[in-house]
Amino acid sequence: MLKYIKQLTSFVALVAVLFTFTTEAMAAKKSKTLKNTIKKGFVRCGVSQGLPGFSNADASGNWTGVDVDVCRAVAAAVLGDANKVKFTPLSAKERFTALTSGEIDVLSRNTTWTLSRDADIGLTFVGVNFYDGQGFMVRKSSGITSTSQFKNGISACTNIGTTTELNMRDFFNSKGISYEPVAFEKADEVVAAYDAGRCDTYTTDKSGLAAQRTKMQNPDEHIVLPETISKEPLGPVVRQGDAVWEDIVRWSLNTMIEAEEYGINSGNADSMKTSENPAIKRLVGAEGELGAALGLDNDWSLRIIKQVGNYGESYKRNIADPGILPDRGPNQIWTKGGLLYTPPAR
Amino acid sequence: MNNKIRKLIPQIITLLVVLLIFGFFTYNAQNNMDNRGIDFGFGFLKQESSFDVQFSLIDYDGSHSYARAYLVGLLNTLLVAFIGIVLSTIIGVIVGIARLSPNYLIERSAAYYVEFFRNIPLLLQIFFWYFAALRALPLPEKAEPFFGVFFLTIKGLFVPAFIWNNLDIFIYSIIAAIISILAIKTYAKKLQENQGKQLPVFYISFALLIILPALTFLIGGVTLEFEVPVLKQIAKTAFVFKGGVGLPPELIALTLALALYTATFIAECVRAGIQGISKGQKEAAASIGLNPNQILKLVIMPQALRIIIPPTTNQYLNLTKNSSLAAAIAYPDLVLVFAGTALMQTGRAIEIVSITMLTYLSISLAISLLMNWYNKKIAIKEK
Repeated sequence: MLKYIKQLTSFVALVAVLFTFTTEAMAAKKSKTLKNTIKKGFVRCGVSQGLPGFSNADASGNWTGVDVDVCRAVAAAVLGDANKVKFTPLSAKERFTALTSGEIDVLSRNTTWTLSRDADIGLTFVGVNFYDGQGFMVRKSSGITSTSQFKNGISACTNIGTTTELNMRDFFNSKGISYEPVAFEKADEVVAAYDAGRCDTYTTDKSGLAAQRTKMQNPDEHIVLPETISKEPLGPVVRQGDAVWEDIVRWSLNTMIEAEEYGINSGNADSMKTSENPAIKRLVGAEGELGAALGLDNDWSLRIIKQVGNYGESYKRNIADPGILPDRGPNQIWTKGGLLYTPPAR
Repeated sequence: MNNKIRKLIPQIITLLVVLLIFGFFTYNAQNNMDNRGIDFGFGFLKQESSFDVQFSLIDYDGSHSYARAYLVGLLNTLLVAFIGIVLSTIIGVIVGIARLSPNYLIERSAAYYVEFFRNIPLLLQIFFWYFAALRALPLPEKAEPFFGVFFLTIKGLFVPAFIWNNLDIFIYSIIAAIISILAIKTYAKKLQENQGKQLPVFYISFALLIILPALTFLIGGVTLEFEVPVLKQIAKTAFVFKGGVGLPPELIALTLALALYTATFIAECVRAGIQGISKGQKEAAASIGLNPNQILKLVIMPQALRIIIPPTTNQYLNLTKNSSLAAAIAYPDLVLVFAGTALMQTGRAIEIVSITMLTYLSISLAISLLMNWYNKKIAIKEK
């Protein structure tokens, strides 16, 4: 009998322990993410598995790219050091689950902002760091120079779990062309299959096409067709339900863009403290109390500009200089004819 | 306290703990989903899926529902599992028997095949058959046809399609043939038991299976035409095949890899089963005048099957579950279509993953049940 009582008490104890954990979990505060990030000492950031220009790791494991720079900006703002980021490479399929389950705190992985993603699955998009659109790549030898030359039976390689699959259907349906979709889980396999001749065309965001083209055996044998068949505003995403964290990520990105608008860069940021322009002074922390509103100190934006640079510097370093997309197109500040327009930091 | 209750208490406590743990996870998941504004429900299954699938056994496009997309994925998974099981059984039995061959060359090649294929990870083999074979295959315009009508190209295997007239009569004739074969079998058994005469059942069955359907062509008005795939140019260097039936290279690579891999394990099961029968059985059978074929068929195999079936069932289950590796090479199986694309488009991770898990569980249990039934049927019947 004593044996059973012992067993019973140990089970009761186990159950009690389980329930304490539950109440602990329920007692989560509103800006849990910020608190946890400071406690851990690094920002947990989800990126792609390797897309040159956006998020790509070199041989020694250093991540670079415009998506990576968003996470670095957050780390500079929150922790004071742009290098305090832990990058988690994610496939298109895994990315949202990783974010909603709490494995990462910022998803900065060339992710298209759509209504259903924003509203339906527990995510919040904080802004746009790259205006993109879906396009097609074909072999030069095919003689195709425009999507209007596509004919029935064309096979198209792409990724699963992206808006690409949906746009592709809309596009071919509207043209009344029958096609064979060949959808892979990983981008590398899409490129390998297209390169081997499995598909006549490879379709994804144009920035992705330009970046993947550099990975082909013979990049010169392929061309990206001029047509753009969709709007793909790519931007960083956070979990729903932590408004403070959402604001921090949004304004870290906005700081980079606004800094470029006002001509502040990593080189001249300190000297800009004595600027005549109050907007510039606010952005480098010489005026106002903007940091406090986000639960940060007042130098947060100065650190972003000094350590990561403004948007233009990031674009030049990651996308223009490696020759991926030298022309900034819509990803130019609004005052210079582009689409980058941020709410004022004040 | 009597003995019965004493035995019951640990059972009840175990049950309670299991329920509590389950409840804890459910509660936590619910709580976390509420916090993040995610709702739970299966209503999405009725929504329009708006994505296309490369290869489908039923009529499907993006205007159908997610439920239909699930069905497409499920059928594609079952197709691979079915072809894989049939192929791996055939290869497995042949290789298993070959491993016991007195011929040194045959025995060694079978052994090397088994050791080679079962010791390389399956995913690598799938990649090998897909990417290596893909690069080795010709482009559609350069493909040399086999027998003038089969085209094996980088875009798939294209075979002629059958166009039937009065297909139903043809099917009835096959059913009639099968029924008469069963009747003849029963009659032959009776004849042997009563009079000791043996009928050449195999040859009679074979003849029936050929003659009856052939008659429908001659007098039943059944006709069969072939629609041969034709090469069509869609751009300067891009060609496709029109007409006929096209099997995607993804399907071919996947079934090939699965069958060759699983066959090695089945071969070992078969070898173990045959070697598990004591030598005395064979010698005793020979001593009463049975020929080697009869010995294998009437004495060895019925006993060996009892050893072979249970581990082979495991291999069938493994093959079915391994077919989910299809996602790596773009074959639209359940995991790629439903737990991949549909999950991403709807964001319903918990719902879709649980449906997918339940589906695989059901398929596996169904195969298990079938094999257990077969195992029982061939087991020793105590009289």
